Amino acid sequence: MPPRPSGFSNLVLHLHPRVVPAESLRFSRTLGLGGAALVLFLLLAVTGTLLLVSYEPSPERAYGTVQALVDEARFGALVRNAHHWSANGLVLVALLHLLRVFYRGGHLPPRRGNWWVGAALLLLTVASAFTGYLLPWDQLAYWAVTISTGMLQYVPIAGDLLLRAARGGAEIGPATLARFFVLHVAVLPIATLMLLAFHFWLVRKNGGVVLPAEVGDHAAPRGLLVPTSPGLTQREGVAALVVLAAVLLLSAVSDAPLLAQANPGLSPNPAKAPWYFMGLQELLVHLHPLFAAVLLPALALGLLVALPSLAGGEAPTGRWFGSRRGARLALGAALAGTLLTTLAILADEPLRRAPPWFPWLAPAVRSGLLPVLAAAGLVAAIAGLARRRGGSRQEAVQAAFTFLLAAVVVLTLAGLFFRGQGMALTMPWASPPTEPR
Amino acid sequence: MTVHPPPAAPQPTPASPERRAFVGRLWKGLGILAGLELAWVTAAFLAPRKEGTGRAAALVVAGPVAEFTPASVRPFPAGRFYLVRLADGGFLALSSKCTHLGCTVPWNEASRTFPCPCHASTFDLRGEVLSPPAPRALDLFPVVIEGGIVKVDTSRRVERSRFEASQVTYL
Repeated sequence: MPPRPSGFSNLVLHLHPRVVPAESLRFSRTLGLGGAALVLFLLLAVTGTLLLVSYEPSPERAYGTVQALVDEARFGALVRNAHHWSANGLVLVALLHLLRVFYRGGHLPPRRGNWWVGAALLLLTVASAFTGYLLPWDQLAYWAVTISTGMLQYVPIAGDLLLRAARGGAEIGPATLARFFVLHVAVLPIATLMLLAFHFWLVRKNGGVVLPAEVGDHAAPRGLLVPTSPGLTQREGVAALVVLAAVLLLSAVSDAPLLAQANPGLSPNPAKAPWYFMGLQELLVHLHPLFAAVLLPALALGLLVALPSLAGGEAPTGRWFGSRRGARLALGAALAGTLLTTLAILADEPLRRAPPWFPWLAPAVRSGLLPVLAAAGLVAAIAGLARRRGGSRQEAVQAAFTFLLAAVVVLTLAGLFFRGQGMALTMPWASPPTEPR
Repeated sequence: MTVHPPPAAPQPTPASPERRAFVGRLWKGLGILAGLELAWVTAAFLAPRKEGTGRAAALVVAGPVAEFTPASVRPFPAGRFYLVRLADGGFLALSSKCTHLGCTVPWNEASRTFPCPCHASTFDLRGEVLSPPAPRALDLFPVVIEGGIVKVDTSRRVERSRFEASQVTYL
């Protein structure tokens, strides 16, 4: 008779199945991204709890308490840095996890429900990162939140109501800080925790990660099965330690930014959003705010939700990008997206400053509807081209998605590294011109 | 492992199936009502409170007319506006808040524009949009000139789509 499992392995084996396919343990199958995200979430919970001890959520005190924490508390800076880097890491890892699942076909039925749960978790992650952004009450925080909440005013009909609801008034002030604080330390973490449990349960319910058909045979459809402990648990432990080491190392050498205290009378020049919103900020420079701030983000969300259904019920192949052809089509789409977006940004720079081409057209049409329709036409053309080249329906959807992904990446990089003073296009290595006062 | 359904227990036939269905619907309705009530209380609790009415005292005294040379801009950071004297001697008080997403615009003397540092909108001396994405000209605060002294009422923000001559205050 085998020894009875201890209480701890009992718990672990409750989360995991008793045995797992040996094939699913391959690193390239998952890249360990989901596990890394969980480790970062736990690290955020621990460091966040520590920060909560010394932080006071009022505009008069917030900045001072953060400053005192960094300057005076033992390991205060380290804990704050670890929270900062874990948060940024979590947004990045969650995005990469989403891409891994997508390019491995993990979003297709029967895993579609869990894709939606994952999408909700991504929104919660970004919302957590963003609400945390305001809490230090420095210039970075104040202006990033001014811009982001300001976008709500362009929502048709309910815009003003939404803006005031988000800020707790017409302007950013004590009510905004109180709201963001409660969201950040209570509402969002609890919601995330509950959805995480659901996410993990669905992973198990759906039979784990997608495996290619050739892994198993008739007798053993999922190939060789190995005991979860130590096969999976040991790998998870090692991955967790690697993530922890990376965060601590980064926190030891690189400080989380803390600018001057928030000053409503002076915007930093340039005033930039956190990196995960930089693509959106770049878009806001080019397009009418109704489209850049409201319709396109809503469309992107809708696309994320609809992605599994667009493939028309094709089953996942369990291989990266579906097939070699799928990979080639995705690469072509990525190149096209990169090239066209770069050209569009460069071309718009002089056009934006010139007198408008069709002055009789409403700005929302001229610099909103028309460019968006043109982009939508391009996306449809990419999908059609992929179909013509023999791609399956899922591979065509994948190519179109990759085209958009490349566009978002280019927009983000342009905003992050190629925008200088006054958000003018510059090279990252160019020294900023001294502005006459 | 296969799960067998439990053997069907003999169901007592309800005395009145219609009444049972009605009570079931009633409970459902009451549940929805309670949910709505909670949602309403939460929304009302979180709604921004009314701002105080003591806004009448927001008159900023800018200074005597002679202090402002024509075609010049003077910032009033505390009042969050720029007092502009146009070349023809007229006064405009421009809000320093960008009409796009609310960043504070600086005045650049070299280019004689207000360039927004957040999304690269630019405005000219009159607050008119020179390049998008800003959808409207900079907001105005009413200017009054009493006894040769320029005063700006920062409690009343005036939104406008473009510059018009009627917006300028003359001595």
